Amino acid sequence: MSTGLDLTNLRPYGDTMNDGKIQLSFTLPVKDDEKGMEAASRLAKKMGIENPSIASHIPLDDAFTLYIVYGAVVHSVDYSNIQVATLSDKVMDMEEVNDYIRERIGRKVVVVGASTGTDAHTVGIDAIINRKGLAGHYGLERYEMIDAHNLGSQVPNEDFLRKAKELNADILLVSQTVTQKDVHIQNLTELIELMEAEGVRQNYTIVCGGPRISNDLAKELGYDAGFGPGKFAEDVATFAVMELAERNI
Amino acid sequence: MQKKLNLNQTLIDKARASAARVAEETQAFILQHTTVTVERAICRLLGIDGTNAVEVPLPNIVVDHLQDKELLSMGAAYHIGNAMLETGLSPQQIATEIDKGALDFSKLPSNPPEAIKSKIMPLAELTIEHIRKNAHTRKTHLEEYGEKDAPYIYVIVATGNIYEDIVQAKAAARQGADVIAVIRTTGQSLLDYVPYGATTEGFGGTYATQENFRLMRTALDEVGAEQKRYIRLCNYCSGLCMPEIAAMGALERLDMMLNDALYGILFRDINMQRTVIDQYFSRMINSFAGIIINTGEDNYLTTADAVEEAHTVLASQFLNEQFALAAGLREEQQGLGHAFEIDPEVEDAFLLELAQAQMAREIFPKAPLKYMPPTKFITGDIFKAYVQNALFNAVTVITEQKVHLLGMLTEAIHTPFLSDRALSIENARYIERTMRHLGDEITFKDGGLIQSRAAHVLEKAATLLEDIERQGLFATLEKGMFAGIKRARDGGKGLSGVTQKDALYFNPFIDAMKGGSAV
Repeated sequence: MSTGLDLTNLRPYGDTMNDGKIQLSFTLPVKDDEKGMEAASRLAKKMGIENPSIASHIPLDDAFTLYIVYGAVVHSVDYSNIQVATLSDKVMDMEEVNDYIRERIGRKVVVVGASTGTDAHTVGIDAIINRKGLAGHYGLERYEMIDAHNLGSQVPNEDFLRKAKELNADILLVSQTVTQKDVHIQNLTELIELMEAEGVRQNYTIVCGGPRISNDLAKELGYDAGFGPGKFAEDVATFAVMELAERNI
Repeated sequence: MQKKLNLNQTLIDKARASAARVAEETQAFILQHTTVTVERAICRLLGIDGTNAVEVPLPNIVVDHLQDKELLSMGAAYHIGNAMLETGLSPQQIATEIDKGALDFSKLPSNPPEAIKSKIMPLAELTIEHIRKNAHTRKTHLEEYGEKDAPYIYVIVATGNIYEDIVQAKAAARQGADVIAVIRTTGQSLLDYVPYGATTEGFGGTYATQENFRLMRTALDEVGAEQKRYIRLCNYCSGLCMPEIAAMGALERLDMMLNDALYGILFRDINMQRTVIDQYFSRMINSFAGIIINTGEDNYLTTADAVEEAHTVLASQFLNEQFALAAGLREEQQGLGHAFEIDPEVEDAFLLELAQAQMAREIFPKAPLKYMPPTKFITGDIFKAYVQNALFNAVTVITEQKVHLLGMLTEAIHTPFLSDRALSIENARYIERTMRHLGDEITFKDGGLIQSRAAHVLEKAATLLEDIERQGLFATLEKGMFAGIKRARDGGKGLSGVTQKDALYFNPFIDAMKGGSAV
């Protein structure tokens, strides 16, 4: 085993370069005995884990056992050759966004956001729009040059578009938290289809966000961008106002 | 329980009196009105069940008919009783005839109100007796197995498929869960009907149907007999069908119901007039059935800041308490809600949580308080989440909360795996076991951070309630004083289902249920 960092053969790091050590846990629907442990071990080997060690086997019920497994993964990836679509290299802070709007757009920007469809969760949209924001990152309501409207949760796509028109929105934010059986994808798709059917898609910059949303997924579904976990109001604002300014030109 | 906070009792009394006057004033409005779901609940309690050929529930067929013919103000019981006298049919048969278009309430001659009542009351008595028996069965089980002294371990199942929920619920019960809540599918709260039959498709939860209630009840009774513990079943008596869900829960022996006086208004944008009327009858049913309600104050803190807005939680608990008492629900059945939601980056956050939880315990000494775990600051870092949940569990045990809703380390990632639930139960039991009497050993420093925090929150809550008393509940909700959410008096969903009662209106269940718990 080479002990130097090789970005063309990147492997997990336990306590030594290239040791490939990983941890995982999973439940098998079998009773907790030697045979179950052997099954867990074989499954780990199939996943490319050499010499898996079953650190713990915890019976959850008569016929369910949780395994905690450590081992070294045989795989590596070529890090040097990875291309990902990143939104923007530089994220502007609140004041920079305000200045940008003043210089490039010259009027207040209207943002309308909601947790749409049947989704009852407001945690995502609140974190981006509500004045207080989240974890010290102020929400869009606090931005002087942004007129932000949070429509809350369970807003049907039709109502969302009606309200967007009524408020003369520039930017639409769609939050999706519930992802069971991919209900978020259906709902996000439906919104874009509805916009296209009504011929209003090009009237808005539209972005979506949520715990299981990536920029790639968003673009595939026809959104201008998508924001996943760890993104705050300024990330969304930076992208959206720059996109808006580009379009106006 | 030993008091540790040196709270100002005069201020507590004052806050409680303000809340009582708010409830009293609202109660006058409530008593003058009925709603479509109140009437559908009466239909259900009179034995109308099932759906028509296109899957519309028969209680909706009857009540929609009443609305179409502008007869709702007299109530379903009046017209069903009248139709029984005229046709000799049962309520179920009457519903079927209406569906076929073969019967029209507006075309029937009116019988004297006394004759109608004598026709309906024996039927109502049958249902009352059935619910009383259910309450008695629960009591017998609890006497046989013994009641748990420590907090009830409460976990959620939410697969969308009732049969898969049963597998998970049984496993959780064997691991030590005392309460199983079946989360409803997202969006059910906004349906103005209750779906029918066993269901296997749902998003983020499983449909609340009477058949699903029955299936889960049977499963929990089985695992309870095996474990020699009574496993409580919880569902959601909220949204546009509060009284109907309460009726179904009473019929199928549920033990706990989410049932808040204001939650639907704030978080589901259900019309405020509709909600206050619906909550009244739903709570009356829950009260009679011996069901513990859980209120939803914890939700305020998912949208508002848990440090700055803690007093709104307390103010709402006072209001929920008074609305519950007005519906005959005793303190012992009031699982008033609150939550462990302070940002973990805040210095002394644990002390603030301890102060607030202890405060709720001292102000509502008989209430089986429902304490909700951290969710807002659970990010997908499962390792940190496990520690956050451990701190939450410690506060629960130290301050003797009763309904202990366990936090999941995978909150914000997915609905819990079987293993997530098992790990959370293990975490809770470990802390419960090793800290069992820690609360008895602790006193808080006079005028220290903990006492001062509780005093501050109480003071702000009392001021807020004084303000609400002055303005009235509806005006308060219009101004956005709870959870920062504004609602219009005539806005939101479900207002068209509200009707003023006629002088001849009667609800055959009120008198029997008003007396409170059946056993």
